[in-house]
Amino acid sequence: MTTELVLLAVLMGAVTYVSRAVPILAPGIERLRPRALLYLRLVGPAVLASLAAANTLVWTAADGSRAIHLSIDIVGVLVCLGLTAWRRNLLLGLVSGVAIVAVARAIGVA
Amino acid sequence: MTAASASGLDLRAARRRLLVDTAGIAISVAAFGLVFGLAAHNAGYSPIEASAMSVLTFAGASQFAAVGYVAAGLPWAPIVFLTFVLNARHLLYSASLAPRLRAVPLPQRALMAHVLTDEAFALSATHFHRIGRVDVPGYWIAALVGVFIPWNLATIAGVLLGGAIPDPTRFGLDIVFPAAMAGLAVGLTTGRRELAAAGAGGTIGVVLSLAIGPAVGIVAGGLLGPLVGMAIPVRTPMRIHAESPVPPFSNMDEAFAEMEELPEPEPEPEPEAGP
Repeated sequence: MTTELVLLAVLMGAVTYVSRAVPILAPGIERLRPRALLYLRLVGPAVLASLAAANTLVWTAADGSRAIHLSIDIVGVLVCLGLTAWRRNLLLGLVSGVAIVAVARAIGVA
Repeated sequence: MTAASASGLDLRAARRRLLVDTAGIAISVAAFGLVFGLAAHNAGYSPIEASAMSVLTFAGASQFAAVGYVAAGLPWAPIVFLTFVLNARHLLYSASLAPRLRAVPLPQRALMAHVLTDEAFALSATHFHRIGRVDVPGYWIAALVGVFIPWNLATIAGVLLGGAIPDPTRFGLDIVFPAAMAGLAVGLTTGRRELAAAGAGGTIGVVLSLAIGPAVGIVAGGLLGPLVGMAIPVRTPMRIHAESPVPPFSNMDEAFAEMEELPEPEPEPEPEAGP
């Protein structure tokens, strides 16, 4: 059983702990400028959307070349996106998106 | 009935309500933790590595992001950097709670910080608003019962269950990661600025991923997208569903507003025993 990624978890936990703990442990620096607070608030949606879009749409070949990849995966992700936005239920969105992709692959559509 | 006993009854009732709210969150967190465990298994994590992520990092979105990065063979430095950027929003929660927790001993505050998540903040902020003051045991209920315990147990279950799945792509499980990212982005999008930041982040991420590579594109999307959102004029936040199962990602503005209205914590310790 590998443990190499435990060190990565430690590093990720350390940098996360900084943002969680610094204001609580040192209240003197809790007052960030409003523009900085706004930027931080917008980082979440921006980086998650970037992750989702790049992972769904960009395909990297073995030789390193990249291209837009259109597949049933996009439908699955969009279904999850739509259901989560409509029903505010991430689990429902995930299950539905995965089910569509699984069925499409099982019947040979994808 | 004395004022003190009335306050105690109110506190017990508020904690019962907190537990009910926490149960709903815990179910959602457990389901998502299970998915993380499966995704981690698919990316080649061992159970120890997956558990280490959930115990030490304890931040769902960045853990999912790391799964994608590790699977793509990305070096650790950008993974750690993105983790910091992605989790920098915790500064907001921490800064919001800090003035209220001054009376709490430093070692306890240090532990409280580690379990400060979107869910823990939203649950505890609502609870504090309900009772009109800070309730440290209530914070632990929200953070541990609502998030930490179910997240970690589900991670272990997911990564162990993953070993029994012969071909994850056959079941469509390979789209769990991008779908979960998209769903979480939706949950964080509570206004026009967030929507603009998400749209810009996604677009920049794809364009630069094609032009330069996913490692650069994704990080650039996360760093530049907020600048586009900041250029959008402020308007009333979009309405959200009251029954939302992901309130930590959808009512931050309200939660911050509630925190602003709270009085300073009383110096006397809470007479009721904590969890």
